[in-house]
Amino acid sequence: MTRGPRLFSILRQGPYLIASVHTALDDSQLVRFQQDLVELIGRKRARGVVIDVAALDVLDSFATRTLRDMGEMARLRGAITVIVGIQPEVAFAMVRLGMDTGTVSTALDLEEGLAFLDQATSTVRLG
Amino acid sequence: MTSRGDTTVSERASTEITFPGMTDHEGLLPQLVAHLREHRSRLRQEWTSRIHAAHLLQAMTSQEMAAETTSVYDNYVEVLETGSVEALQHYARDLSERIIPRGVETHEVVGIVLLLRDVLARSLFEKYQRDLPLLNRVLDAYEPAANRIANTVAVSFVDERERVIRQQQDSIRELSTPVLPVRERLLILPIIGVLDRERARQLTEQLLTAIRTHRAKVVVVDITGVPDVDEAVANHLVQTVDASRLMGASVIITGLSPEIAQTLVTIGVDLSKMDTIGDLQGGLEEAERLLGYSVTRSHGVGGP
Repeated sequence: MTRGPRLFSILRQGPYLIASVHTALDDSQLVRFQQDLVELIGRKRARGVVIDVAALDVLDSFATRTLRDMGEMARLRGAITVIVGIQPEVAFAMVRLGMDTGTVSTALDLEEGLAFLDQATSTVRLG
Repeated sequence: MTSRGDTTVSERASTEITFPGMTDHEGLLPQLVAHLREHRSRLRQEWTSRIHAAHLLQAMTSQEMAAETTSVYDNYVEVLETGSVEALQHYARDLSERIIPRGVETHEVVGIVLLLRDVLARSLFEKYQRDLPLLNRVLDAYEPAANRIANTVAVSFVDERERVIRQQQDSIRELSTPVLPVRERLLILPIIGVLDRERARQLTEQLLTAIRTHRAKVVVVDITGVPDVDEAVANHLVQTVDASRLMGASVIITGLSPEIAQTLVTIGVDLSKMDTIGDLQGGLEEAERLLGYSVTRSHGVGGP
């Protein structure tokens, strides 16, 4: 397990968590990101999560799968996830390689993501 | 002069055992060139009249024709003399640049060069017809050079034409994919003309970048003006739609022609994730609905 400075931040914003990735994460850092987030969702009683990947210019298959898994895990812990800030080149590269975010929603940027969560949490009651 | 040339050739033929090959031509070509220079105006006249008779280059005036035929003739003789086609290549390219916009066809250009070849060959035949072995050797020297010239001119002409076509393709490409914001967060991309791989790639790039810069939520891609798509381009479109979704925008495709609809289903492109609507009007209405706009017309104002 990697120690040292985190290359991501998870901040609380009202009922939501904003998880931003600052730079390209290697596999062990991704795992740490996932563990921290899933733990914080329960601790902060978050109802929604925005994962911001705007700083990434590459998303490989492991990173994509981890993001998708995080969305699923968050749902099990009672929060809706939206991935924001996928860059045009990244989006097209992902599609070319047959990768997608599965059931996890996507939005253009942080603002859009928050608007999406507002709408989703007002209509869907999560257990 | 002729007799001196003849003796040179026969001397060489008697002292060296040579087949009609390169060594022979070296002596013959200068002689040939001198002959062609000497009868320049007569041969050029004959050539011009044969061009007229064949109805070639009718787009040119007679003065232009005289000027061009003179320089083609001189260039031709020069190539025979020096054996270097470089100057001719330059000239042919210049000539093509001048005459292509006037609608001169490839067959005309090739035609006049072949006519000149024939005229000159005929004059050589007249000159040497009494000495058949010599005539043979003269033609051996003349023909490869003449063919090379015809080749060079034709290739230069075609090259120039292709350059013009490429240039036009580039300018069409630049004009071809506008991204138009119609309402806040709503973009329209009308696509006109054939979508090839390169254009499809460019389209994707522009669309995805525009989604980011305009913060678009809905994009209507209208392909009414696209005559046909192949499998690669169709798959590319599907991928573009998926990539747009990853960026949080929905794409509505409008204006699929009956031909394209049939092609897509026949070749089995998976369009289940594609949102398609008959025409641009319907697409815009759907987009407005998605964005929460409702457009109503005031009573008693204009309209049908």
